[in-house]
Order: sequence, then structure tokens, then C-alpha cells
Amino acid sequence: MADVVLATYGITKTFGSLVACDDVSINVRAGEIHAIIGPNGAGKSTLISQICGTLIPDEGRVELMGQDITALSGRARALAGLGRTFQISQLAMEDTVLQNVILGGVGATRRQWHFIQPILSHHDLREQAEAVLERVGLIDDRHRQTAILSHGQKRQLEVAIALMLKPKIFIMDEPMAGLGLEGSKQLTMLLDDLRHQAPILLVEHDMDAVFTLADHISVLDYGKVIASDDVDAIRNDPVVRDAYLGKDS
Amino acid sequence: MISERLINIILIGLLVIIPAWAYLADEPFTITLMTRAVIFALAAVGLNLALGVGGFVSFGHAAFFGLGGYVMGILAWHAQSYTPFLELPFLIEGTQSMPVIWVIAVILSALLALVIGVVSLKTTGVYFIMITLAFAQMMYYFSISWSAYGGEDGLSIYVRNSFPGLNTLDPIQFYSICFIILMAVLALMARLVKSPYGLALNAARQSPKRVEAVGLDLHQLQLLAFVISGAITGLAGALFADLNRFVSPNMFSWQLSGEFIVFIIIGGVGRLFGPVIGALVFVGLEHFLGEINDYWHIYLGLILLLIVLFSKTGVMGLLVKKEAHHG
Amino acid sequence: MSFVLLAEQVLNGLQLGVMLFLMSAGLTLIFGVMGLINLAHGSLYMIGAFAAASIAGLTGSFILALLAALTGAAIAGGIVEMVVIRRLYRRDHLDQVLATFALILIFSEGTRWVFGSFPLYLDIPTYLQGPVFLPGGIQYPLYRITLILIGLVVAFALWLMIAKTRIGIQIRAGENDREMIAALGIDISKLYTIVFALGASLAGLAGALVGAIQSVEVGMGEPVLILAFVVIVIGGIGSIKGAMVGSILVGLTDTLGGVFLPQILQLFMDISTANNVGSSIASMAIYILMGGVLIWRPTGLYGSRP
Repeated sequence: MADVVLATYGITKTFGSLVACDDVSINVRAGEIHAIIGPNGAGKSTLISQICGTLIPDEGRVELMGQDITALSGRARALAGLGRTFQISQLAMEDTVLQNVILGGVGATRRQWHFIQPILSHHDLREQAEAVLERVGLIDDRHRQTAILSHGQKRQLEVAIALMLKPKIFIMDEPMAGLGLEGSKQLTMLLDDLRHQAPILLVEHDMDAVFTLADHISVLDYGKVIASDDVDAIRNDPVVRDAYLGKDS
Repeated sequence: MISERLINIILIGLLVIIPAWAYLADEPFTITLMTRAVIFALAAVGLNLALGVGGFVSFGHAAFFGLGGYVMGILAWHAQSYTPFLELPFLIEGTQSMPVIWVIAVILSALLALVIGVVSLKTTGVYFIMITLAFAQMMYYFSISWSAYGGEDGLSIYVRNSFPGLNTLDPIQFYSICFIILMAVLALMARLVKSPYGLALNAARQSPKRVEAVGLDLHQLQLLAFVISGAITGLAGALFADLNRFVSPNMFSWQLSGEFIVFIIIGGVGRLFGPVIGALVFVGLEHFLGEINDYWHIYLGLILLLIVLFSKTGVMGLLVKKEAHHG
Repeated sequence: MSFVLLAEQVLNGLQLGVMLFLMSAGLTLIFGVMGLINLAHGSLYMIGAFAAASIAGLTGSFILALLAALTGAAIAGGIVEMVVIRRLYRRDHLDQVLATFALILIFSEGTRWVFGSFPLYLDIPTYLQGPVFLPGGIQYPLYRITLILIGLVVAFALWLMIAKTRIGIQIRAGENDREMIAALGIDISKLYTIVFALGASLAGLAGALVGAIQSVEVGMGEPVLILAFVVIVIGGIGSIKGAMVGSILVGLTDTLGGVFLPQILQLFMDISTANNVGSSIASMAIYILMGGVLIWRPTGLYGSRP
């Protein structure tokens, strides 16, 4: 059995009278892609926020590589090895692709307090950035302004920046959202390759991508995990099929 | 299209040639005007770090300008009246040495910026603008009510402060001091913006979430920018008080805070030499238009309005095709 | 500290508060509905005062002067909204600050050009002069009591309008979701112009009323504007209730602080130092109040916008 990289234990979050997450316990193992699916309002975003540190759970804990990170800020979690990508791309739009990626390196190597040497003369960061861009397929676009990239390229860029953190796990919030057929295919290939570097926990609505990529699927509904199993078991689970996947899948 | 670098060089050239000509033509008033422009430029360079690079609109930078001015005024006043500033618990006498005054002005302005920054940077948008304005107003009213140092009438310093080896009363020598300080600060800014810190600060302005996601502390980055920004504007304030040999609560006025923002807008937000253009244009308008028409502020207002409504990139943006890379 | 003196100062604080409310209600409405920071509000206050002083000078009637203030400021506000302000709604705050700052320059110098640099005088009408005798042996100027009453009446009328009329519903809807009301088919342009002119007229009224106690001069609006901003930061941007509460708080703090702080300090220090230090701290009192409120509630007491 592969090692558990990320685990949540009994995560519960309530907003007023709404229980957004109800005793959610999942884990992500090394080398796997773990997808979280479920209808809108099932609590997927709330769960991701609590894993990434944007929200603090009312109960339960989150562990990364066995270390309890529940009390850590989002920033600290990034430094601990949690690489996230956002549902709506969060990028420095005026900067170039290369600058955005190098920013990841600045954060990871804690160089933000260096004032004197120009960033471009930090050769190690530059080389690492170019290697990462090569990996995601954006190396030829490295000097382009981020704002003019296509939607799919912005997604790739977010992955590249996450790679600079040398993450222990990738957390991706609806990476396929807004991508056309071609973009989805490209990103799917990239993510498939990425799992060997670090496991991926992703929230997704695109069922094609989910069934292509995922090894393990957790299904959320009304804040609870109603099923969590490997992909074939989920595909064949009659309850899940009828309720959420439709009779055709 | 001309490159930004070329324009910067031309500007430096202007800052050298015009006073040199004035010196040779024996027009000390022109030198004084240029000194005023250079000092205003320095104040706005400070603000530009916070506003242009950091992206937070401070409407209270006069707080630092005035503090620097009063540091100079108070220390010099105590020196010229031979009374100590503080006797207990330890003796602090006044001083009329420029370098000492500058160091103290920078340190105190940085401290004030730290205090204001810690409180204000928790907020954003309108609240931030209002809080920074409120702090400057607080200093303004405080200085009016503190009669020990002149209150509303301000404080006059009879002799210009001293700098080792120079006759600081000579306009061209004082100008040279201010010019060199401006150039040094601009060089520092240029370095800062290209550094990892500059990259991080710039990115923080564009996408706070992105910056946090790579493990950077947004607040700390911004706070440092605000502190450096305040320190630079404070230094400008000390020089300004020295130029006029006078400091008054007006150095804290909100109009002045607004004018600093105007310099930056005229020159181009985030452009390294933007504040220099803005200050030169402003002082030029103030002098030439002011001679023709006592109500020249109307024209300044109209120009500013037109710039804001129709050409946000400022003079630099009009001349240079390439977008501001904020430094 | 006698009861009479205390009562007088409280009334002064209320009067200041109520006048501040007239300024800040408009400001907070404009920000709440249109999302616009309007630095030119102080200029509208000034225009109201000048209009009133001019008409009072011509006709001798205070009532006409007030009407002139209301209409003059409303018209000025309407014109400014149509020519300049409406281009700013979609812009970022920096642009709004700069453009309205430019308007201040234009209005101030323009007024100086037309009226000259010397202040104008607006007299309190004879029927409002003199003291009023209140229970407890308090003597208080009739005019100031009238101001407090006018302010309360306006506050009530404003509340009525917003809670009970159709325009009021549109305003409340606009504060909640700007894009939605456009989708609902409400004429946004007209609504915005009305809101702006309404805010302007309130400011103009305040300028005229206060102009009779202080002088009418260029630049009179800006100190009040800044106080009004402190009020809406304390009260919460977009909230009329917040503007009311904030105004009273600021009015009382500013007035009572200036009286009591030196007195309290006299317990520890000699009289002249206490007065000096006391009045210095008092001048900062409302900003300290603002800082305190913000630490406790970062968006103000009744603010909802994050």
C-alpha cells in the first residue's frame, strides 16, 4: 500500500445553520490522482479551502506527510509542500510567464527579502523556472505577457508555479473549468504525467477527465462523503451512478 | 517611439543643465525652483513605491513629509536657540548638521510609517485611503495645537543647516545636495524593483492570492514597502524645510498629499522617473501659470481631470510605447 | 464642571453631529449606491453656503437663502454628475480620488475667482437669534437648537424616503447589487444622478446652515469633508444608520474631548501643561476613536461591504 501523503480526519465546517462539511475523512496516497466529485453545494470548495488553509475547520484535522497542518496558514502550507491551483486563475497578469514562475521560486527559497541583486541574475531560479516551463510545455512562451495567454496556457502556468514549490501534493480546484476539448486533452496529459512527481487531489465536474485520470474517487453530497473508492468501484456503484453520473457512464 | 531609458537620461540631463545654466547666468531663483522640483520629486518617488509598485493609494503621505520637516525644524530651532530638546532622562541637544538631521528624519518617518502601516494595511480600498488621510490630518491638527513649536504660525529657522565641506546657503550647492540624494534614491529604487523583493511586491499588487499561494507573506511585503516609502518622503520633508528655512503645519496638509499623487499621475504611475516629470511639470505650471493668473489651480485641476479621464498612462505613457513594467 | 456647562457641550456635540450627518449621509449614499468616492462633496457644501450668502445678501430672506443653497447645490451636483462623475463609476478608486480632487481645485479657485478671497457673511435671521431657556437652567442659542431639529427632521425624512418610497427601494437595491438593478430595467443613469444631486443638496444645506455660525469662505468644505469621511469609516460605508451613529459619536467626541481632556489631565499636571497637552490630544481624539472602532470592526459599525 502506497504511503498516505495527505489525510483529513473528520473535517466539519458549519456556516450558521448550514453544515457545509460533515465529518469528512479522505486520504491521498503517493502516486495517485484522487478526484472529489459531487453536485453543486456538496461542500467540495469548502473542503478544498480547509485543506489549503483559507478556512479553518470547526472540527477535525488535516495532516500532510503525517504532520498536523490544521493550524497552519495558507502561506505556511505552501511552504510545507502544498501546491495549489485555483479555479479562477490567480496570476500576475502584467508580468511575463517567466516572471510568474520565478515568483514561485522566490517564495519557495524565501528570497523575498533580497533587495540588491536583480532577480534575473539569480541563475539557479532562472534555470529551475525554465526547466519547469519545459515540463509543462510553455517554454517558448516564457517572455509573453501572462494576460495574453489562452485559458489553457494559464492553467499550465499555474501548474508550473506550483512545481517550483517542489510540492508534496497538488491540490487543484476544477482545473478543467472553461477549457475546450483541446485544452482539456493537453491538461489531462500533463496531470497524468504529474502524478509521479506528487499525488494530485482535484475537485472536478468534467467526468471525462475524472474517469481518465483518477485512481480514486470520493463523492460528496450535502457535506458528507457518500462513497470513496477506486475508480472502477465508483463507476459501477449503482447509487452513485443513478444519482450523479447518469445512466450513460 | 522613444525608450524609457532615453527619456530618463534626458531628464537627468535637464536636472543638470538647467541649474548649471542658471548658475552661469546668475539666476539663483531658477536654481531654487529646480531645488523645489527635485525635493517634490523625491517625496513622490517615495510615494510611488507604495502607490505605483505596491498598489496602495495613500492619501496621507504628507504625514511623513511634515514629520521630516518638523524633525529638521525642531532640532535646528533648539540648536539656534541654544536650548536642549530634552534634558531628562538623557541630554538631547539640537543640531544643525544636515546628515544627522536626515538620519533622524528617516528613522522617525520609518517608525511612523510602521505604525500607520500596521493599522492601515489591514484594510483595503476606500478604507485604506481614508485611514491614511485621517492619520495625516491627525498630525496636522496636532501640530497646530502644539504651540511650543509655533503652532499654526510655524517655525522659522534663521540659518540653513550645515553640511560638511559645503556652503549650504549657496543655492547651487544646496541644489547639488538635493540632486545627488534624488539620484541615489532613484538608483536604489531601480535596484529594488528588479530584485526578488520587487518582483514579489509587484506580484502582490496584481494577485494577492497568488503571492500567498507561493508562501509569501503579503502583509510583510506591503508593510516594508510602506515603511521605505514613508522614510523617503520624510527625508524629502527635511530637505524642504531646509530649503524654505521654515516649517509649518501646512506640510501635513491633505492638499499636499493629493499633490504628491498628482505628480505621480502626471508622470505615469509606477514609472521610475514618473515623479520627476510630474514634479517638474507642477513646479513649472506653478511658476509660469502662477505669474499670469492668480487662479492657476483651476488649470491644474482641469489638466488633472483631463489626464485622469482620458490618458491614464501619464506623460511617460504618451512618449514611450512600451507599457510600464513598474520600474 | 457644572451641569449647565456639560449640557451645553453635549448640545454643541449634537449640533456638530447633526450637521456632519447631512454631509456624511450623502457621501455614504453615493458610495453605497454608486461605489464612488467623492472628494468634491466639500465643494458642494461650500457652494451651498455661497449660494445662501449671496441670496441672503440680495433678498434679506433666510428662507430664500436656504432654498438657494438646496437648489444651487443640487444643480451643481447634477451638472457635475452628468459631465464628470458618470465617467468614473467604472474606474478604480485612485482615478475617482484624483478626478474629484481635481474638481476641488476647480471649484475652490473658481469660487475665489467669482467671489474674491474674503469671506462672505451670512447672518442668523432675527427670529432665530437669542437664547432658548431649557430645563435645568440651561441657556442655549435658539439657532443651534434649530439646527439640531432641522437635522433630525432631515434624518427622519431620509429614512422615510429610503424605507417607504419607490426611489428608496431602488436605492436600497442598488446598494445591494449594482448589476442587478440594471438588469431589472431601472434607469440607472437617472437614479445615479438623483442620488448624487440628493447628496449634494444635503451638503449644500449643511453648508448654508453652518455658514451662519462660522464664515462662508473658500475651503470651508474640506475640513468637514474629512470629518464626514471619518464618520462613514466609523459608521460603515454605505449605511445611513452608520452615518447617523457615527456623526453623533464624532460630534460628541470632538466637542467633549476638547473640553474634558484638559480637565482630566489637570488632575495629574499643572493647568497650562494640561491645557496644552489636553487640547493637542483632543485634536486627535476622533482619529483615535476611528482607529479604535476599526480595530474592533474593520468595516465600521454597520458596514457590510468587505
